[in-house]
Amino acid sequence: MLSRTAENLYWLARYVERAEYLARTIDATLRVTALPAAYIGKTNEWDSALLTAGVGESFYGHYQEANEANVVEYLSFAPDNPSSIRNCIEAARLNARSVRTALTSEMWDTINAAWIELQAVWSKGTGNREDLAKFLRFVQETSLRFDGSAYRTMLRNDAYWFSRLGVHLERADNTARILDVKYHVLLPEEEHIGGPLDYYQWTSILRSVSALTAYHWVYRETLKPWLIADLLILNDTLPRSLASCYGNLVRNLDQIGVAYGRQGAAQRHARGIRNRLEHSHMDDIFQHGVHEFIQEFIADNSRLGEIITKQYLI
Amino acid sequence: MAVAFDEMNGQGGTEIRQAYQELSRWLTETPPDALEYRRQEAELLFRRIGITFAVYGDAAAQERLIPFDVIPRILSAREWALLEKGLRQRVLALNMFLRDIYHGRDILRANIIPEDMIFQNPVFRPEMNGQDVPHDVYVHIAGIDIIRTDPENFIVLEDNARTPSGVSYMLENREIMMRLFPDLFARHRVAPVERYPDELLAALRSVAPRGAAAEPTVALMTPGIYNSAYYEHSFLADKLGIELVEGRDLIVKNDEVFMRTTEGLKRVDVIYRRVDDDFLDPLTFRPDSALGVPGLMSAYAAGNITLANAVGTGIADDKAIYSYMPDIVRFYLSEEPILKNVQTWRCREPQDLAYVLDHLDDLVVKEVHGSGGYGMLIGPAATKATIEAFRDKLKREPEGFIAQPTLALSTCPTCTEKGLAPRHVDLRPFVLTGSERVTIVPGGLTRVALKEGSLVVNSSQGGGTKDTWILDE
Repeated sequence: MLSRTAENLYWLARYVERAEYLARTIDATLRVTALPAAYIGKTNEWDSALLTAGVGESFYGHYQEANEANVVEYLSFAPDNPSSIRNCIEAARLNARSVRTALTSEMWDTINAAWIELQAVWSKGTGNREDLAKFLRFVQETSLRFDGSAYRTMLRNDAYWFSRLGVHLERADNTARILDVKYHVLLPEEEHIGGPLDYYQWTSILRSVSALTAYHWVYRETLKPWLIADLLILNDTLPRSLASCYGNLVRNLDQIGVAYGRQGAAQRHARGIRNRLEHSHMDDIFQHGVHEFIQEFIADNSRLGEIITKQYLI
Repeated sequence: MAVAFDEMNGQGGTEIRQAYQELSRWLTETPPDALEYRRQEAELLFRRIGITFAVYGDAAAQERLIPFDVIPRILSAREWALLEKGLRQRVLALNMFLRDIYHGRDILRANIIPEDMIFQNPVFRPEMNGQDVPHDVYVHIAGIDIIRTDPENFIVLEDNARTPSGVSYMLENREIMMRLFPDLFARHRVAPVERYPDELLAALRSVAPRGAAAEPTVALMTPGIYNSAYYEHSFLADKLGIELVEGRDLIVKNDEVFMRTTEGLKRVDVIYRRVDDDFLDPLTFRPDSALGVPGLMSAYAAGNITLANAVGTGIADDKAIYSYMPDIVRFYLSEEPILKNVQTWRCREPQDLAYVLDHLDDLVVKEVHGSGGYGMLIGPAATKATIEAFRDKLKREPEGFIAQPTLALSTCPTCTEKGLAPRHVDLRPFVLTGSERVTIVPGGLTRVALKEGSLVVNSSQGGGTKDTWILDE
């Protein structure tokens, strides 16, 4: 398959995944900031939202203060924020148009219909909370539909595998970024375990990776910060955990390797990260520093993106 | 201007013509709002599928739908047989003319066409002098624009021998019509068009360079997603099951062409290119073009790649050369042309120019190198000021223009805001030439001028399309 086609498929999947993640982040932040101040403490949750979206710096180039109106606008609609939901959907459609021949009609239809629908939202904006909620839900549903159509309709060949690589690489990055910003509330030595302040932070974290219900099914316990960290980093059963993303990355890269009859740096690098996740325990990670671990992971993950690009996409 | 020949109601409007009888019955049985409802449904389908085209210089309309009219345009089997025969003859002559122009030039020595019309012509490609192209085919895909003014004749308005577009509409219009009007199809025997992609692929494979593998690799080359016909490019690549490549996906090594794939370089044998000559190879043509492939022309010269259509075919569909087509047909085939030409005044000839300047009110004046309905004067519909502006242009650069009478293009019933009304139409059938044979899928793209009285059918100028039915008996 053309390298450019693989590249477009990979980025198409990344942009859709990112759009969904941004919608979840905004949604979770709206919920936590709606609580009385006594429940969430003094941290500016909108600031955290910017940080987890990785646009903290560029935001302050445009705005003085991180509040709901500014941040929602910047993350959702701002044309000059390259990672706004709007730009993600625009970029996804642009990539989709470039590779229409490699997409199934269901996938194209999802992206194109979302893009058409959202034109209306861009032009009139989301005036109230209800519109905003509807918009955020629509973005998440688009991602679900896209993922579902890919899963149900694509041939299982390199086109599918490259598209999966995009999903899982982006997903791993997103989960890691939440952990990067919020790691301090997950430290086991924090005094006020179970206190109201952190409790709502924890639910917010879980909500942004859609794992609140999953937590209870996996651990059958009240929220414990170290278990949340365990779930998001090491638990293979949670689709958004780092371990699970890397399980998928390794699998898809292996399939490409088998189909093409050779392995390369991408396969080796991904397997290295996966091994580390497989053989780690939360205790060790805490001991060596969660923050360091996460930052290293983010760097490793983005390195994998570079290697894949070099090996296949250019 | 006389009342136009209507393809359903005939010249006088007294009797429904044979091919339209069933449609006419159906129309009287169908309530108008049912038609309107189907029309809206069709538009929704087009938009969802993303069948759009871009209009250059119109930012707001960057992706627009071509309006689709749900009333089909119908030709009888007898009419089609005549048209098909004429198209074969015409395209055969075009290919022989091109081979001759870039080799022996018998036609110039016979004084049929003045030399400077060829050598002074910017679309003549000296790079092609003496160069053989695989299987001597130059125009693999031709789109011949046909008009009618009476029931007997088919007249060629324009030959498109470079990168004719519109075939995706022929195919998609049919798909959508079959979805929306199954009952109407059940009452007719309409010849299918769906084998066009297979025929195209077969034609393209048949013209692979002689040294190519037994299963030659064909790719479709597009300028990219901002091109007005991008939808069609991706549509065709998909239907043919071939890669849709841009210039940056291709690389030339040792005079062979390769595409960059996830598994390394892969050799390409035939490129169905939808990129103009000027942008093919920055080393040969425009150095500022980022769309092309450096070295492509050198691989072409080495005989390692087939370009479809060949480079330099513009010299055959040039509007000034067009006026010589009847002579070209006679010269190469020793036959009388089956398809008529529109009477054409060549403004480069002083006598003709004088006549044109005297009759600007009545004539259509076209730029020799224009297309898409741009840069055209329709005398009877133009203001005084526009006419005077054209007069100046004509005097300054007469060789850049031709003129033709304003023809009453035939009309076809069309949905309008005030119900069904006659609108002017033309027809673009697509002619495929492979190494062994010429194939024409029974059908084509009917374009319709939606504005009342308008004669301009181009999509960039507010024209729409119709499904074209060739009845099978």
